Amino acid sequence: MPNRPMPVFPEPDTQAFWEAAKRHELTYQQCNSCRGVVFTPRAHCTACGSPDLAIKVSRGEGEVYTYSVVRQNRNPSFADLGAYAVAYIDLDEGFRMLSNVVGVNDPTKDVHCGQRVRVEWEKQESGDYPIPVFRPI
Amino acid sequence: MASQSRTAAIVGMYEWPKRLDRDVSAMQIKAASISKALEDAGLKWSDVDGLYDANDGEGGGGLGLAPYLGLKPTVIDTTAVGGTAYEFQTAHALADIASGKCNVAVLSYGSKAASQRIPIGTGGASAASNWQSNMENPYGHTLVSSYAMVASRHMYQYGSTPEQLAEIAVTTRYHAMRNPQAVQAMNDLQFQGVNEISIEDVLESRMIADPLHLLECCMVSDGGGALVIASGDVARNTRKKPVWILGSGQATKYRENKGDITTSAAAQSAPIAFGEAQVRPDEIDIAMIYDSFTITVAVMLEDLGFCKKGEFGDFVAGGRLRFDRPGALALNTDGGGLSSNHPGMRGLFLLLEATRQLRGESTSQVPGAKLAVAHGNGGYLGHTHCGGTIILAAD
Repeated sequence: MPNRPMPVFPEPDTQAFWEAAKRHELTYQQCNSCRGVVFTPRAHCTACGSPDLAIKVSRGEGEVYTYSVVRQNRNPSFADLGAYAVAYIDLDEGFRMLSNVVGVNDPTKDVHCGQRVRVEWEKQESGDYPIPVFRPI
Repeated sequence: MASQSRTAAIVGMYEWPKRLDRDVSAMQIKAASISKALEDAGLKWSDVDGLYDANDGEGGGGLGLAPYLGLKPTVIDTTAVGGTAYEFQTAHALADIASGKCNVAVLSYGSKAASQRIPIGTGGASAASNWQSNMENPYGHTLVSSYAMVASRHMYQYGSTPEQLAEIAVTTRYHAMRNPQAVQAMNDLQFQGVNEISIEDVLESRMIADPLHLLECCMVSDGGGALVIASGDVARNTRKKPVWILGSGQATKYRENKGDITTSAAAQSAPIAFGEAQVRPDEIDIAMIYDSFTITVAVMLEDLGFCKKGEFGDFVAGGRLRFDRPGALALNTDGGGLSSNHPGMRGLFLLLEATRQLRGESTSQVPGAKLAVAHGNGGYLGHTHCGGTIILAAD
């Protein structure tokens, strides 16, 4: 089982995101004043400053905006992964998140910008929070 | 036609000559460099009334550096925006001198990144907890992969190629081989093959984070230096010819929903700086651009206005930006962070080499160089960064 670093709490901006993750819900925020989409989670709207944000659940589908394949990371948590793809995923609801693209034969050849992907939840040996990663559709 | 503003000038400079130096502290590098830079200017220790510090060095910063040096300046500026802190501080020194708050401003840097084996580029364990780390630490994103993501998207969006990126490393190494300090650095840091390199050499070096190869990544060195900026009145009586600060621009850029990762903060800071200087990009002789990676230079050549967005490849092709090719600007003539000096925050060295060029002192001297731009980058290009642009003119 993967052994990635866990989020560390208390941390007031990101707690709700990770509690939802336990239910396999990928959440983002939308401003009730200006309708702006907010991600990563915060207590204010980054477009208008309003504190009036609603938490929404994403369908979990989107596309790879860009990616890289990490060949060298000195953090031992990633030692067992081999070469792995980090990516910015543009979710269909209009937010961009950092994640990994998994489930491909060779990340150096099988990941590309514009690729459609869907979220899946990866259980971790390191703790209670499953990590959202993305697999090509 | 350049601005005739002659408010403040770079009058003294020093670059710490060693890139692997186990016997000194970062604070010693800073203090000794300040002393040498003042000597270069023909100014005294007690002339310093403005101190600018990026919170580097052991026990430095706004509270620590002045007592360590034994100075009581009237301006203390601790702008710390990563590697471009020195372009920001130069802008602030210009403003502080213009408003009469100080007359002799000193910027300094000291780092032991190589001898302390700080894993700048490829991460390490992190127990931090904040609004960003909790959303990022699970994914194993490194500094190098952050820059590499910009390269991937640039290739996708504009069709740029690995060969075009490699050309930047080839040009930089060409300059490094003429700089004895850079050659010593590459020897001391055990580079494999201290020689000129080809595009093939770059592409055959091992991949660190696709699509960036080893020879597209800067070194991690020890080092430091200092810069003395003085008012026009002081500058007219210093030992060397002053290098005038004509304009400055500051900006930030960060990852955001629907943002364009291929455009950097330079797109915002450069027009401000060029406008203030009343200079056009096509008038620039020397471009000192923060080469943490090849892609950093590629994006910034475009964003500084030297070529159109997406077209850096043709601009750099065939060694066009070497110092001995008339008809185009010369790029990173000291050898850059790729092949001369990168202790973590390279922004100071951009200003130092630009100053050498405008004084006629570079090891890859462009004859009659009159105008230079120094553009620094702090933070991570594909994530969150600050960009500082400084336009400089020979006396």
